[in-house]
Amino acid sequence: MRNYLGLTAIMMMGLSVFAQEQNTAEMADVMRSNGKIYVVVAVLLVIFSGIILYLISIDRKVSKLEKEIKK
Amino acid sequence: MKRYWWKIVAVVFLFYTIIMGFLGPVPHLPVLHETIRNLYFHVTMWFGMMILLTVGLVNSILYLRKSDLKNDILAAEATNVSVLLGTLGLITGSIWAKYTWGAWWTNDPQLNGAAITMLAYLAYLLLRSSVEEEQKRARIAAVYNVFAYVMMVVFIGIIPKFTNVDSLHPGKGGNPGFNTYDLDRNLRLVFYPAIIGWTLLATWIMTLRIRLKNIQKL
Repeated sequence: MRNYLGLTAIMMMGLSVFAQEQNTAEMADVMRSNGKIYVVVAVLLVIFSGIILYLISIDRKVSKLEKEIKK
Repeated sequence: MKRYWWKIVAVVFLFYTIIMGFLGPVPHLPVLHETIRNLYFHVTMWFGMMILLTVGLVNSILYLRKSDLKNDILAAEATNVSVLLGTLGLITGSIWAKYTWGAWWTNDPQLNGAAITMLAYLAYLLLRSSVEEEQKRARIAAVYNVFAYVMMVVFIGIIPKFTNVDSLHPGKGGNPGFNTYDLDRNLRLVFYPAIIGWTLLATWIMTLRIRLKNIQKL
């Protein structure tokens, strides 16, 4: 059992070394890690922010109209 | 500040949903894989829809009791935004189904029930636009809205749960519910804020439409 564990540990180490070798071109950049999913999140946040800003501007226009009518 | 704090809540919750929805930990499940994250986006559309349809129902009943046109407008616009959420729910569900179940549309009782519900509410909007006289339109629409809500509960809530046809949705047609196996703590931590966020965002759009309608009336 212990031998088996040791063997798998060595194999895992070998794998991690292999993975590191493959990733030498990658910089230690957050935006590049995890299959670059962070980039998608950033894009979505920009789009969502845009929609919200647009909603706020519509909201303000409606408020202005309401004020004008009250006068 | 007092009047628009809930809009800030909506935006904050949705930013949280987008960030944690993509980066947060999720259970590793066969078939679903990463698409489990649709729970925060697709499923919340339906929850938001049902909440706003309930708002519409309450206002329709209030209109029938008090004949106040304010209730009629609120019911109409709540339903209008609900139809938007429902349509988005159908489209996103279809995409999700294609890449997990293998087809854009299946004969799942939940899917057909949702489609029938959407048709019932489209009929509500059509009915409204076809009556000119205000009070008459409000009364007919309110009565129909009660009927449509019952249809919604029957077709989305009851039939899919108890039908013998196999359903691919969790908790339906003899499938175990999400609760019993994998709506774990991590999912809940994003799922509930997501429901609140999307519902509040839809409410925001609804109030804008109501205010515009009130301006148009003058």
